[in-house]
Amino acid sequence: MIEVDVRGFSCPIPVVKIQKAIEENPNEVLIVVTEAGVTRENVSRLAKSKGYTVKIEEAGDDFHIQLTPPGK
Amino acid sequence: MNSILEYFKPKKWVILGGLAFGVLGALLVNWGNPGNMGTCVACFVRDITGALGLHQAGVVQYIRPEIIGFGLGALITALAFREWRPRGGSSPLIRFFLGAFAMIGTLVFLGCPVRLLLRLGGGDLNAVTGLAGLVFGIAVGVFFLKRGFSLGRAGKTHPLVGLIMPMILVGLLIFAIFETTKGLDIIKTSESGPGAMFAPLAVSIVVGLAVGFIFQRTRLCTVGAFRDVMLVRSTYLLSGIIAIVIGVLVTNYIVGNFADGGLVVNGRDIVYNWGFENQPVAHNDHLWNFLGMSLAGLAFILAGACPLRNFILSGEGDADAGVFILGLIAGAAFSHNFLLASSPNGIGTNTVIAVFLGLAFCLTVGFLMRQKA
Repeated sequence: MIEVDVRGFSCPIPVVKIQKAIEENPNEVLIVVTEAGVTRENVSRLAKSKGYTVKIEEAGDDFHIQLTPPGK
Repeated sequence: MNSILEYFKPKKWVILGGLAFGVLGALLVNWGNPGNMGTCVACFVRDITGALGLHQAGVVQYIRPEIIGFGLGALITALAFREWRPRGGSSPLIRFFLGAFAMIGTLVFLGCPVRLLLRLGGGDLNAVTGLAGLVFGIAVGVFFLKRGFSLGRAGKTHPLVGLIMPMILVGLLIFAIFETTKGLDIIKTSESGPGAMFAPLAVSIVVGLAVGFIFQRTRLCTVGAFRDVMLVRSTYLLSGIIAIVIGVLVTNYIVGNFADGGLVVNGRDIVYNWGFENQPVAHNDHLWNFLGMSLAGLAFILAGACPLRNFILSGEGDADAGVFILGLIAGAAFSHNFLLASSPNGIGTNTVIAVFLGLAFCLTVGFLMRQKA
């Protein structure tokens, strides 16, 4: 499981970082930490387009987005 | 048929929002705004800059209430949906100059990406050259993003910081109301030219607030649309942008703006036509329409958002977007004080050097501000 903390980065940097993380770790579960609603939507959309399962949990002011690759 | 519906379903709101914005953008001209300029963030910020006396171009001075509505509409919407977060500190000074150069670029073309869409839907084919330049600038920006370009993290900050820009907008609204009702000596309002063409205050502010709501909820961004296609193959925002052009085009035909005598504003007959000649508030120097929008597109991408989206973000508490907007104002003042802006007769005396200076600045920022890991 790999954590990617994109708190404080504004659009589109979080998406670039997650895309890179997905490319470098194709079979790993990723946990994305963000505080922004826009990032939550964008990252979810990107992950779903790649067949990932998306699970979102609220943790205080932040969101933890769990991205599980297809077939895991 | 079902597969078509499945394709459009997740995009329903962004498409409906785009259509609504397109319809309003077209109609604002019939309600009094300049031709193909129902809303233009760059032009309207430039008009506000002039109204405050920061430049002396007498034909483009007016406190545009639409702009006030964008920011305050986003503020109210963000508060209602619990998305208001005061934040800042991501390279503010770089953002200031990106804003200034973005404004300089848009005023060479005579319109921000929002007006570009309105010009397309109003038959002005010079917008096609501008669009090509915009997409080229965005592509260069995407190249930098893929290399790891970033302006760095912003941090949470005191609520007061996030309220500064909304308070400035409220101040401008007070100026606008007093200017309309009593006439204020300290605020300038054009007596002729585009600055003298405006919709009634109440109409402008209500439409502005509605647009603030639409753009806050749908996250529409006129440069993000093309960036996302190149960066992540996502057509989500682009479908909203296409909907804007369709909304403008269909509205212009329905209300008769393409017909002789169909659109009379302040006693002046504006007839939209398909072509490069006789377009309202536009010129047809193709090279500089292209290069001006290339500069603007690159500057917007490096700053992360188009000018309208920056107003939305500033309403959501993003102080860095606020600094970008102050940069737009400075850029508008430079543009007219230093003869950088175009007019319907063509580019300004010093346009060439300013555009190259802006491109040099943006390329330097793009190459150097790179985060590893």
